[in-house]
Amino acid sequence: MAAEITAPAYRIIPIIPALRRGAMSESKPYVATDKMQEAIGFPGKLADNWQETHDAVIAKMGELLTKYRSLKVYMDACVHCGACSDKCHYFIGTQDPKNMPVARQDLMRSVYRRYFTLAGKVFPKLVGARDLTREVLDEWFSYFNQCSECRRCSVFCPYGIDTAEVTMAAKEILDSVGYGQKYSNEIIGKVHKIGNNLGLPGPALENTLEGLEEDVKEDTGIDVRFPLDIKGAEVLLITPSADFFAEPHIDSLIGYAKVFHASGVSWTLSSMASEAGNFGMFIGNYDQLRKIALRVREAALELGVKRIVVGECGHAWRVAYSFWNTLIGVGAGANDPYAIQLQNQLDLRYKQPMHICEFTWDLIERGGLSFDKDANDKHIITFHDSCNVARASRMGDFAGGQFEIPRNIIKAVANNFVEMRDGTTREQTFCCGGGGGLLTDELLDLRVKGALPRMEALQQVADSHGVNFMATICAICKAQFTKVLPIYGFDRRVVGGVHQLVSNAIKLGDK
Amino acid sequence: MSAFLTLLLSFAFLAFVLGLGYRIYDYARTPAPLLIPTTPAPTNTGGMLLRMLREITLFESLFKANLWTWAASWVFHISLALVLIRHLRYFTEPVWFWVALAQPFGLYAGLLMVAGLAGLWARRIFVERIRYISTPSDHLMLVLLLSIAGSGLFIKFISHTDIIGVKSFILGLMRLDIQALPEDGPLYIHLILVATLILIFPFSKLLHAPGIFFSPSRNQVDNPREKRHLSAWAAKLEK
Repeated sequence: MAAEITAPAYRIIPIIPALRRGAMSESKPYVATDKMQEAIGFPGKLADNWQETHDAVIAKMGELLTKYRSLKVYMDACVHCGACSDKCHYFIGTQDPKNMPVARQDLMRSVYRRYFTLAGKVFPKLVGARDLTREVLDEWFSYFNQCSECRRCSVFCPYGIDTAEVTMAAKEILDSVGYGQKYSNEIIGKVHKIGNNLGLPGPALENTLEGLEEDVKEDTGIDVRFPLDIKGAEVLLITPSADFFAEPHIDSLIGYAKVFHASGVSWTLSSMASEAGNFGMFIGNYDQLRKIALRVREAALELGVKRIVVGECGHAWRVAYSFWNTLIGVGAGANDPYAIQLQNQLDLRYKQPMHICEFTWDLIERGGLSFDKDANDKHIITFHDSCNVARASRMGDFAGGQFEIPRNIIKAVANNFVEMRDGTTREQTFCCGGGGGLLTDELLDLRVKGALPRMEALQQVADSHGVNFMATICAICKAQFTKVLPIYGFDRRVVGGVHQLVSNAIKLGDK
Repeated sequence: MSAFLTLLLSFAFLAFVLGLGYRIYDYARTPAPLLIPTTPAPTNTGGMLLRMLREITLFESLFKANLWTWAASWVFHISLALVLIRHLRYFTEPVWFWVALAQPFGLYAGLLMVAGLAGLWARRIFVERIRYISTPSDHLMLVLLLSIAGSGLFIKFISHTDIIGVKSFILGLMRLDIQALPEDGPLYIHLILVATLILIFPFSKLLHAPGIFFSPSRNQVDNPREKRHLSAWAAKLEK
């Protein structure tokens, strides 16, 4: 890694950059150790004999092609039109042509064509097919770990080809032959062993929550509770473990607690399911995705809760909103005994699961919360849509509620709100640059470059409107920006949560 | 030559139907275990069908992506559709009312089709990043389509072919009553190229045509909280 990582220059006008071939060919994360791999059921390392690995890769690809329609259709349907070619934040920031979504897909498509299509078997050169070699596999490891699975490309593809699906398949294949990524796989190991991504054990969690109760009491004079493992509570809150101690995440956790306090709804956290994040999605492994989610099912059954609410976390909300009903039955409309067991317990008059922003906005709409908006007057606020919330989930009852509800909350609790430039928000939002299991120090150079389009848009509103606070509802976005903002010359406290703003303004006790 | 073209066209047609049929069957049988519509997505089936219709007729996503690519490819595809409709007069006797009505449009469309294809090819040649992602087959596909359009326009505008003879040849093929094809070099070229296109359809990127109907990010309804979505292989994990 370079001794010092610096921010790339802003583009004068956001034109499409010229190609710099091989610019990021050296970028790659650490490889998972054999212990980390084996702990979650993958082979420890690559086979000594290349042929064995080669055959295993092709066999796994063949298996995935029969299990995932997305992968199968996306391998065939691309016409190389280039619609996606300038849409990826990593391409914009690095100018490496292999970071164009189509080129990234082609790393796998070229192998698919060689082994699974007639044209590629007979005329490989003609259709861009190539043999699977060790170099190809290394290239996969490098460039599929330069995709944050943010789905921005899929918005623009005329066939809806989603590079995230291809990246997930590639990571699944790499894991299955012993070539895993350290950061993600180590974290998945921790979830199973300790209960959350950050490896925070139950007693430490209890201490942290007690400390928070004291802090809030000191601050407001009010006894706001942070309950843990309370049987019979109405709401189970599942939140990213970063909320328990990372800055600025913790300020949003305080915000949730204050909202629950003001609402009078009883709630609890769970030490067993003290993590909303689910890195099983990042590595495209259905078994892990399901196993990690199962902790939430178990906690819900054990605590006997009626509602499940999810804290501010982007990919976790995708997993919760889009996948939980499929994976563990949290949702409605099931007709099989497995899911019905849980759905009978849950109160289906409420959305299951519910985003904390839906919970808060619902209360605001019903007049259940009151705010001192001036408390946020030191902030001129903009909102960064997190990719998985924006393009892979929803809030509320209508398509696009995931954009409106967080903005409505901000406008309800603060006086100064400014939008960033069109084409950088809502469904076209840019990833923070740290999603998809890339939030690791050895990839910092990539993360800084990938943040370029978002930083440009932020700089514009900072210059034009004096914006000094970028609210977001994702633990990864918060951590990534905290690290990257100073490199672009901003204060790291420019980023914060929506419920941090709620926390600043909410009136407790004297309604 | 007539016999050769009879065989070639029949073979190409058979390969097209069987090849494409198999692809569609293969896409349809492959499960989609998770709900992955690109959101914001329609929350009911009607909305989803409308989204698909906009995607297929207006190329909505491509429009958002790049106006030039959208313009060239939309002009090309709409023109191709009109040209195909115009060609239906060789397959119907008596010619259907609406096919007769579309004849003049089909003619202009032939010219526009060339313009659209030329635009798409220019992009492939002159835009650095599109050139980077283009394989030889991407260029050849455009050459093939341009040649088909060019040879078709040639036998329409410059060297007229005996279209009555062509029609009885085609109707003959359809009724398995083999007729001779008029002797005409440019016509042979046009038909050989068309046969080539039909033949490679199920084995090439032309699979984007059936593919879009099966794209989960577009054809799924955004209702995961209201309905449990479970594929067969995923359901087995709960046993």
